[in-house]
Amino acid sequence: MTTKTSLLMILSLSKDNIQIVREQDSVFLKNRVKEVAVKIKMGLVNQTRLITAASELVRNMLRYANGGNCLIEIVSSGKINGVRLTFSDKGPGIPDITAAMRDGFSTGKSLGLGLPGTKRLVNEFEIKSKVGEGTQVTILKWANG
Amino acid sequence: MDRIPILRMGAFLLVTIQVDLYDRLALTLESDLVQMVNKTGAKGVLIDISAVSIVDSFMGRIIGNIASMSRILDAATVVVGMQPAVAITLIELGLPLKGVHTALDMEKGMNLLKSMIHIPQEDDDQDLTTDDSIAE
Repeated sequence: MTTKTSLLMILSLSKDNIQIVREQDSVFLKNRVKEVAVKIKMGLVNQTRLITAASELVRNMLRYANGGNCLIEIVSSGKINGVRLTFSDKGPGIPDITAAMRDGFSTGKSLGLGLPGTKRLVNEFEIKSKVGEGTQVTILKWANG
Repeated sequence: MDRIPILRMGAFLLVTIQVDLYDRLALTLESDLVQMVNKTGAKGVLIDISAVSIVDSFMGRIIGNIASMSRILDAATVVVGMQPAVAITLIELGLPLKGVHTALDMEKGMNLLKSMIHIPQEDDDQDLTTDDSIAE
């Protein structure tokens, strides 16, 4: 998944925090992510991948944790810029992350594409979860990655 | 509550999605559309998603559902105008939209729908003409 060294070298250039409590908030979040992606001149296909990934993760947060928080950052590794999104919730947590990352696995009534599909759409994907405490998913998409 | 309008044009129903979809809106469209197919006896459903910039796994599933439900109700579904970036994203996500007919634009979609329901219509016409000739 992600290597810690690469994360350490990444500088955060701007931060924006968005509360997610209702379904309509996801539309607002997608628009904000779009704005940020356009700002760093991300290509259209990558923008679409990033926003789709955000859409999947917001749904998870709303469905399983009744909402949460999303941090939108513009990050730089020196040479290139990217968008990093951190989704944090205080939901029930994921007992078996390996299973949750498998295609077709779902505890809800979905197709089970959300997490593994999201991982395929972004450059870096990190998930941390503690049962009873919550889940944090971080994704990163480089402008031309 | 927000709703996506469904227009009737002859034997077809037309839906143009002009707003960003969120889950409840997509679910409402699904049930509205299936009820409209039942009520109007429509033979085809054309869904234009050219203004939709994001289709995630949920919305992809709704599109698939609409096509399957309509098929059971004897109506064909064609999705038109998908943006290239959306197609790329859907496949990478793992959602190949199997069983959903697609066309590049509205015009090609209309032609596809017409060709899909063409044969039974022609049969009806032929039946009518033979009936007429018998009557004469």
